[in-house]
Amino acid sequence: MSHKSNDEAPAAPSFWRDPRKRQWIFQILVLALVGLLFAYIFHNTLYNLEKRGISTGFDFLNHEAGFNILMSLIPYDETYTYGRTFLVGLLNTLLVSAIGIVFATLIGFLVGVARLSSNWIISRLANLYIEVFRNLPLLLQILFWYFAILPLLPHPRQSIQIGELFLNKRGLYLPKPIFEPGFGWVLAALGLAIVASILIARWAHRRQEATGQPFPVFWTSLGLIVLLPWLAYGLAGFPLNWDLPELRGFNFRGGIGVIPELFALALALSIYTAAYIAEIVRSGIQSVSHGQTEAAYALGLKPGQTLRLVIIPQAMRVIIPQLTSQYLNLTKNSSLAPAIGYPDLVAVFAGTTLNQTGQAVEIIGMTMGVYLVISLTISAFMNWYNKRMALVER
Amino acid sequence: MKIKNLIASGALLAVGTLPVAHAGATLDAVKSKGFVQCGVSTGLPGFSATNDKGEWTGLDVDVCRAVAAAVFGDASKVKYTPLTAKERFTALQSGEIDMLSRNTTWTLTRDTNLGLNFAGVNYYDGQGFMVHKSLGVKSAKELDGAAICIQAGTTTELNLADYFRSNGMKYEAITYDTSDETVKGFEAGRCDVLTSDQSQLYALRIKLKDPKGAMVLPEVISKEPLGPVVRNGDEDWLKVVRWSLFAMVNAEEMGVTSKNVDEVKKTTKDPGKQRLLGLSGIGGKGLKVGDDWAYSIIKQVGNYGEAFERNVGMDSPLKIARGLNALWSKGGIQYAPPIR
Amino acid sequence: MAETATVYEPGTHPDLPPPATEVGVIGWLRQNLFSNWWNSLLTVVGLYLAWAAFAPLIQWAILDADWVGDTRDACSSGGACWVFVNVRINQFMYGFYPLEEQWRVNLTGIIFALSLAWLMVPRIPGKRYGALFVLIVFPIIAYYLLGGGSFGLPEVETTRWGGLMLTLILATAGIVAAFPLGILLALGRRSQMPIVRALSIAYIELWRGVPLITVLFMSSVMLPLFLPEGVYFDKLLRALIGIFMFQAAYIAEVVRGGLQAIPKGQYEAADALGLSYWKKMRLVILPQALKLVIPGIVNTFNELFKDTTLVLIIGLMDLLAIIKTSLEDPNWLGYSIEGYVFAGVVFWIFCFGMSRYSMAIERKLHTGHKR
Repeated sequence: MSHKSNDEAPAAPSFWRDPRKRQWIFQILVLALVGLLFAYIFHNTLYNLEKRGISTGFDFLNHEAGFNILMSLIPYDETYTYGRTFLVGLLNTLLVSAIGIVFATLIGFLVGVARLSSNWIISRLANLYIEVFRNLPLLLQILFWYFAILPLLPHPRQSIQIGELFLNKRGLYLPKPIFEPGFGWVLAALGLAIVASILIARWAHRRQEATGQPFPVFWTSLGLIVLLPWLAYGLAGFPLNWDLPELRGFNFRGGIGVIPELFALALALSIYTAAYIAEIVRSGIQSVSHGQTEAAYALGLKPGQTLRLVIIPQAMRVIIPQLTSQYLNLTKNSSLAPAIGYPDLVAVFAGTTLNQTGQAVEIIGMTMGVYLVISLTISAFMNWYNKRMALVER
Repeated sequence: MKIKNLIASGALLAVGTLPVAHAGATLDAVKSKGFVQCGVSTGLPGFSATNDKGEWTGLDVDVCRAVAAAVFGDASKVKYTPLTAKERFTALQSGEIDMLSRNTTWTLTRDTNLGLNFAGVNYYDGQGFMVHKSLGVKSAKELDGAAICIQAGTTTELNLADYFRSNGMKYEAITYDTSDETVKGFEAGRCDVLTSDQSQLYALRIKLKDPKGAMVLPEVISKEPLGPVVRNGDEDWLKVVRWSLFAMVNAEEMGVTSKNVDEVKKTTKDPGKQRLLGLSGIGGKGLKVGDDWAYSIIKQVGNYGEAFERNVGMDSPLKIARGLNALWSKGGIQYAPPIR
Repeated sequence: MAETATVYEPGTHPDLPPPATEVGVIGWLRQNLFSNWWNSLLTVVGLYLAWAAFAPLIQWAILDADWVGDTRDACSSGGACWVFVNVRINQFMYGFYPLEEQWRVNLTGIIFALSLAWLMVPRIPGKRYGALFVLIVFPIIAYYLLGGGSFGLPEVETTRWGGLMLTLILATAGIVAAFPLGILLALGRRSQMPIVRALSIAYIELWRGVPLITVLFMSSVMLPLFLPEGVYFDKLLRALIGIFMFQAAYIAEVVRGGLQAIPKGQYEAADALGLSYWKKMRLVILPQALKLVIPGIVNTFNELFKDTTLVLIIGLMDLLAIIKTSLEDPNWLGYSIEGYVFAGVVFWIFCFGMSRYSMAIERKLHTGHKR
């Protein structure tokens, strides 16, 4: 810093002494440095790519992929493009993450509550579960579950059969529904039932606030949602057929196949993440002061009701932000899929496609971008949800 | 450009690494630093793996050792960089390694588009299939609808897809990251067939609890000439690597082994052997290495046949037959230009 | 019944011992395991599950196992073949580090353990100097001690580093290097300056939003392209750069949590004293905040430690990778379960220890209204 003479008017501090100006200069410097760094990297990358004869740009997305993918939610075979492999991988990542999140939440809440159980064995076992699964690398766990489950399943020719369901080493084969024209009516009925249920729930809530009389919302809604579509289904003349899986040659063809890799990966992700969620749930429940429980008992609520109506809603405020980061972790951890051959984004796109095209910058960039978008979306959604939950506070 | 280089060097010095120039001078650089930096596979039975003592062994590793023997007269002057399939070419291009000896298939694209040069072929491989004997399959043509375990590679998936498509068959591919998972998937019955390069099929078969319960089908669906790779525009270095390999093949052809090489050197009257061992002829001048370069290779690494049998052949657990890799004079296609 | 009943005045009856079913082992059992039919059922099912899980494991891992020998022929009993681990234990610990130089690794480890004890055991004074030592002096010592090449120590290049040693190096170096940047980012995120704040947020969210595996891919495949021609980083250093950038974002979030927990009065008091921004942070805020975030840092370290298993995909020989490489040795094909179990046990011991420590600190710091 430079020193200026004291002759200047005291009203205007010297240029360097004015914190606001200094801040701006500092910020501009930082911005310029970051910009320079990026420019430098960009320049080097372009030069290196050209020198090494690696093609650039996103043209490769339109080239034929030429390799097979084990599982795809959208039509795919070797003749589709690399762009399509990207989509296939992305959807598979989303699928396993979604399944993982659902089961991790279920197991996590169960274990978290069990951890606080008054039964000594149960609380110890829950603790054991948490300590074992939280402290082992996930990669090892994924391998373990995959290779623990596979040998238990029978070969395709000795499949376990339940009705039209087949279970073997190649996966679980379910009949695939084929919708015929009249099926739209069934969907419409289902939609109607859901809307009606929501309206009934609102009405019941208002009535209970006003008169104190409860209304069996759950059972009414369940009845509506089950019965209405069935009624429509019957009236429309049963417009649904099934594509049944059958054993032909080595494997089953037709129907829907759920591959064991999906199952093992989702299981490992759920079990691992559930150990964290259990701890979060436990600390969340413990964070609700005990006076709340006592007050609820004093009001005559049963233990189950106390947990459901008093403890959990308050604990949720502590739980949700941490739960969000666990969901994000689970999604990111699904990138370990290639170890057991589940065709997720990293396996299909950052793996096989990268190996074949060699366009590291574009492919890694796209892959990171996808995870970033998923992460930001989940956190945005959870922030919104969190705000809603926080409003309940009075 | 200059300023940028200055910034770069400053940044590098700050983190404690040294920039290394490599424009066409790998041989000189190797000589002055005193060792060969060789890129190998992170683990491939018979080709590059570590033993109980932590030493790298294998057929690919022996190529690195042969080059070190030629340059320094000491096969142990090699430092190994284990590389995955994804990063191998980048590591070579950036100068991190001097040569790549990592079961790399020689293809047109790689030879022309990546700024690389293939120095030769140290193993002729081809993609094949392994099945459980209990399936009763005798030919790959019977595999319609099969589930197939693959180790994620580069050309493996494409060869497989091509083969099944051209034969009008369907399949289901389970692509694992590493060979260990691939073979476990096969063993657990996740797939009916395992596909990989033939050399690997034999190694993978030993990993099974019951190796006799599996068999390798006769079909070979691709050509996989595997060999060492160097950077483009570095002729001296390319020739050292290429002729190190040729010396091993020539030595086998002449019947010079690591055991008898000293005696041959003392007693031989055969002009071919004399030229090979640097007793007459051009010696190492053209390659800019010592005259006894080939002698060092044979003495310390062995001839091609020895290296083959030791690493993948009958003296190893893999027990792979020479097949295509026999000398041209014995029904194979291993052939080296003469040393004269 | 035949005895004569003593008659007590109301209120003078001496206390009876509690019924046998409410005290001692039986009482404990009744209270904690069999308080009602539902609890009893849970107990029985729980016991059965524990038995079903552990009995075969113990049979395989201990009762039927082979322990000593030199080759695979020593493994004949059908249980676990620990001979495989036994023969290679040195490799699993030190990678390919030369045998005669391994004292250097041990010495580094001892110095690190001692300085950690300095930091972690609450009774030892001078925490600030301890932190400076670990963050600045120790890395320099470790660099020269492990790498060698000067002070008369022979050079051991990083491709020979491996096993547990490399796992620990990756995790600690990642955390230690990321710490300063993490603190800067946390301060940046809470800064008044809009550009600095935006950049910090962008950095943190970017790195926290992507999986480590893609970061490692980036550092192994993309980073060489970012550098000028003829310049390359050591592979280990490349991985460390990736881990460092990734980890800084996580540390930043942990530290931010600590900064937020400091009451506003502390900031205002420091301002009122006329302290500059950096003095305020260094003398008032950070000493308090960093103490609060120790459990968070330990947990982050724990996560990173487990995640280092991913470096095997870029060909670095950490504990899991070196076990996998050993499995490719033609003489030892087929002992993967033993290798993985060994890796699991080692990781578990470290992670469990760390999580216990972090919980203990948390309990010490936590003085809330817990029941």
